[in-house]
Amino acid sequence: MSQAGDGRAPPRAAPDPAVAADQRAAAFLLAVDPVGLGGAVLRAGPGPERDGWLALLRAALPLGGAWRRMPASVPDSRLLGGLDLTATLAAGRPVAERGVLAEADGGVLLLAMAERAAPGMAARIAAVMDAHEVALERDGIARRLPARFGLVALDEGIEDEGVAQPLCDRLAFHIVPLPPGAPDALPDMVAARARLNAVQVPDEVTEALCGAAVALGIASLRAPMLAQRAAIAAAALAGRDTVAPEDAALAARLVLAPRATRLPEAPPAEEPPPPEQGEARDAPKGEATDAPLEDRVLDAARAVLPEGLLAGLGAGLRDAARRSSPDGRAGSRHATPLRGRPAGTRQGEWRAGARLALVETLRAAAPWQPIRRRGRTGGPRLLVKREDIRLRRFEAPQETTAIFVVDASGSAAMHRLSEAKGAVELLLADCYVRRDKVALIGFRGRGADVLLPPTASLVRAKRSLAGLPGGGGTPLAAGLDTARGMAEACRRAGRTPLLVLLTDGRANVARDGTGGRAQAEADALDAAKPLRIAGVPALLVDTAPRPQAFARDLAAAMGARYLPLPMADAARLSGAVRDAAA
Amino acid sequence: MDSLPGDHGRGGEAAAVSTRTKTPRARPAARAPYPFAAIVAQEEMLRALLVAAVDGSIGGVLVLGDRGTGKSTAVRALAALLPPMKAVEGCRFGCDPSDVAALCDACRGKARLRAIEVPVPVVDLPLGATEDRVAGALDIERALADGVKAFEPGLLARAHRGFLYIDEVNLLEDHLVDLLLDVAASGENLVEREGISIRHPARFVLVGSGNPEEGELRPQLLDRFGLCVEVRTPTDLPTRIEVIRRRDSYERDHAAFCAAWEKEQAKLRRRILAARAALPAIEVPDAALERAAQLCMALGTDGLRGELTLIRAARAHAALEGLSSVGDAELRAVASPALRHRLRRNPLDETSSSTRVDRAVGELFGP
Repeated sequence: MSQAGDGRAPPRAAPDPAVAADQRAAAFLLAVDPVGLGGAVLRAGPGPERDGWLALLRAALPLGGAWRRMPASVPDSRLLGGLDLTATLAAGRPVAERGVLAEADGGVLLLAMAERAAPGMAARIAAVMDAHEVALERDGIARRLPARFGLVALDEGIEDEGVAQPLCDRLAFHIVPLPPGAPDALPDMVAARARLNAVQVPDEVTEALCGAAVALGIASLRAPMLAQRAAIAAAALAGRDTVAPEDAALAARLVLAPRATRLPEAPPAEEPPPPEQGEARDAPKGEATDAPLEDRVLDAARAVLPEGLLAGLGAGLRDAARRSSPDGRAGSRHATPLRGRPAGTRQGEWRAGARLALVETLRAAAPWQPIRRRGRTGGPRLLVKREDIRLRRFEAPQETTAIFVVDASGSAAMHRLSEAKGAVELLLADCYVRRDKVALIGFRGRGADVLLPPTASLVRAKRSLAGLPGGGGTPLAAGLDTARGMAEACRRAGRTPLLVLLTDGRANVARDGTGGRAQAEADALDAAKPLRIAGVPALLVDTAPRPQAFARDLAAAMGARYLPLPMADAARLSGAVRDAAA
Repeated sequence: MDSLPGDHGRGGEAAAVSTRTKTPRARPAARAPYPFAAIVAQEEMLRALLVAAVDGSIGGVLVLGDRGTGKSTAVRALAALLPPMKAVEGCRFGCDPSDVAALCDACRGKARLRAIEVPVPVVDLPLGATEDRVAGALDIERALADGVKAFEPGLLARAHRGFLYIDEVNLLEDHLVDLLLDVAASGENLVEREGISIRHPARFVLVGSGNPEEGELRPQLLDRFGLCVEVRTPTDLPTRIEVIRRRDSYERDHAAFCAAWEKEQAKLRRRILAARAALPAIEVPDAALERAAQLCMALGTDGLRGELTLIRAARAHAALEGLSSVGDAELRAVASPALRHRLRRNPLDETSSSTRVDRAVGELFGP
């Protein structure tokens, strides 16, 4: 039903009816308490599964509530609100426009392509969800607008793409929808909503949910909090005034299990292997009732832990490179030339493509209004002349992403890797001002791994770089292919990639994973050419004791600067990269 | 594009605007924030916020940490906790009537200043705020309606003498960071735009929170914060259960929960007032000054700001504890938050700044 971390749930042979029933229950719970539960992450592409769940949710929600859909790329003026151009011009005085978040008040907001939402946008939405209101401080307007809504993040991410963590953390349910099963009769939602605030939570339920969260390795305190809200909603739906063990078990399956980062310790030996979900669901009678509530809650969560949880946790990173297959899926939306850091406004002519700085224009026009109106009767109340027009200026994006592609093969691997790691951290340590990012790809044995996806966070870099593998053959072509994928992804995100290839140039593993120097070198040259054609700035650092002819050829093939640096150390390396990026 | 109800009637809009201009400090009725006194654990963060509330000259607090640790809850709770302050009646910058040197131009021109009691402003700077609302700008309403060039104060003016809070401070746009850096350093906001040239006092305690995993903070901005605390999710089960329990009862009935905690809140409020009153008399013996200098030298912090902050924070902490002088224990209590963000970075050193401070403190003060 759901999955943890960033791994993709393995395809299932047949949808589990118990899991499908849980998913339907999640829709009802959310409809009972959308604000308290925050919402849901639906991880699926468009299709009957997703539509089915959404239809169920919509049917269960009160009639007439907002049901808004929002793309992941809305500008702040639409997200939060601002000055309404048309109305302001018509009225001759500032008129505020509500943003999508305020418009969704009292209903449900669907965030389409949620995995593409930038961290800044996720943080804005999260702040509004916490405060239950939009703090509008834009375009000369200061307002507090109520915004109580449930958020459904439609996550179409593949592999390790996913919804930004601040949002995931606040949304109770993380669901990979199954085909909609037989529709349940709609429970009495009105009665459930009325009962919600009166439902009592026994202490042992709180304790059990907190204990289960710890056992599953869930750090955030929002998880047990949301699980408790879910249990309360479940009790209200079932017509109970007190949360029952089965409510807590349902909450654990829906809220805690998808967030698990580790498997709980094995149950005591006398217990049978993980119980069937069906059993855990309707086991108020029988043996399970004798077990302490905490164990039952934990068992419930354990029963629905995604298969291969632990394998999936580590796999996310390694698959990261493949997400950038050049299918153009994410593409051209970012291709607008008018992006980057806002750098004030300028006077100018408003032509197609230019971005009007509305407020600045109005401000420029405002002081002249009484004079311009003099001697006129009627006509528009606001007179804007050509010289008032102000356009937005943007600074061209200067952020670069330095992609280190490190040859981790053979005996020099450990040395090269640790120098590359040092260079990564040195670069990160002084690149805040320019908001640069750094990534690290290692290739060895039969393929290439993304060891550090592009990041500006030193904290994360240190964590990812803690243990690096080394040794094996030299699949240069695979390393270049992975690097090209990442470079393209960077371009799509509006950043300038810079490849830094550290190798001694002794390719000996071909693309198909077989050995053989000649084929490996041919493949490497083959993989290098698209880089030159794409115009990816690159630097090839030859770490061999003596400069290699093949490395020089490779540099030429990929259009890279060639830099023999037999004793490449972290400081010199980061210096060279800085020079290349400047 | 629909507009707000009430925007269409001219009267509605004008009324809304005039309330805002006349009483810039009025906060719209929202649900009561979670009581400060009811926050579980996170002692270091709470102490730092209280220290900043006692001595505003310490220079603000940065709270870094994991998701869901109550960073923003604590900062917002501070607003409700702070005792009211005296301000010049009718002054839109909330000037302090007793501090003649720092009056704004309008107040300086007045013959007599009437003082009123106002709540200490705790102003939120939301992500997505535009520069004109932060710094203040030409009042479009009055310009459009009356053709008057009037200055409309922004968030910096509202935060004067209070707190300016930025959640997710590491995601703040660069141009706003530049603006903040300048104002936070000079205590004065200079607005030069649209033919307006105005300067007004803007001294506030900067409070920021964020998660370092989402991006690093600019070193210049980091330096503006007097104290830097790191919060972790509590790992022991009873604490976690208590957090959930209190949060749940708060969510169910804000009013009842706040009423139940009002006694504790009042106690804390009295403690802050007493500490503020006692602050000037707190003695800092030469031995403590020497200790602070030794500690900063051992850690190799840049400049004197570290030492100064350390001493001030220790003094405010002593005042909160009801002591009359600063000793080793007080220096110890605030050493980590005062110094951990001032260490010269060595990216290749795996040990965290907190560990380095703790180690230096241990070597100097004994275990």
